[in-house]
Amino acid sequence: MNFIYDLHRTMMSENLILVYQGDFTQETTKSILSMAERNLDSSGEESSIKRKVFNVMVEALQNIVKHSDELVDGAITSHAAIFLIGRQATQYTIMSGNPIRKENVAGLKEKLEQINNLDKEGLKELYKSIIKNTTISEKGGAGLGFVDMARKSGTKLEYDFPEMGNDYCFFCLKVYVPREN
Amino acid sequence: MEILNLEGTEDTPKIMLDKNNGIFEISGRSLPEDSAEFYRPVLEWIAAYGKEANPETEFVFKLEYFNTASSKLILDVLSALEDIDGMKIMWYFHEDDEDMEEAGQEFSELVEIPFEFKTY
Repeated sequence: MNFIYDLHRTMMSENLILVYQGDFTQETTKSILSMAERNLDSSGEESSIKRKVFNVMVEALQNIVKHSDELVDGAITSHAAIFLIGRQATQYTIMSGNPIRKENVAGLKEKLEQINNLDKEGLKELYKSIIKNTTISEKGGAGLGFVDMARKSGTKLEYDFPEMGNDYCFFCLKVYVPREN
Repeated sequence: MEILNLEGTEDTPKIMLDKNNGIFEISGRSLPEDSAEFYRPVLEWIAAYGKEANPETEFVFKLEYFNTASSKLILDVLSALEDIDGMKIMWYFHEDDEDMEEAGQEFSELVEIPFEFKTY
């Protein structure tokens, strides 16, 4: 039974206010958003910060719903992904992790690097050029999620792709939302 | 012309498009699972309205939040409105919501329609 206490202590020491692991759908997205909103409301967080956190959360959650690859390993298929929010004195941390097929890593990395190399003005221009030229993909995305997270948070996106066996990596994303304006 | 009236939900905005009473408004939150599907009737309504539009139209956006997939569809809505004479956009934002104000400014740079900015 120790793992319960261990998990609890980890969550406390990492200042996690919400952890969800499992299947992600629009319905779970709505539930997670409303839980997080209640938490931010009861903590008396400033509304401008709340909006930014909400913003980044929506894009991160809908990215998982739309782009997480189904893990197929022998007889096991899984959609399991993880979503976490941490609150420290100076910032919120919105984190997500989901399996993606290895052949999709290079393209994703390139997109994230491009975004991290841009300043505020550059991100605005990129946003405007994508929104003018994009069409909504089959999966329902506009290709603007990461750009928007970078713009709303005002910070660089942190990411990593640890390997999961032969065919998959686990795409880990971390976005900071500063608590001071 | 028929009224398009959709109640808002936790992930879709309230829509009220009423030619006879001169009410044209999209308000609330927009983060539907399928934004293209959600906005299709709005775009169809606007296409029909364009053929028999009032001499002047004040189209109100009073959004609390929208996701990126909705932002593309909002641009599609604005592009459809662009072709209608006498069109004006009333862009509302909460007084401390700089991001929503900036979003409106960016949309105004992407289409040729006069925007008026208001706080609520």
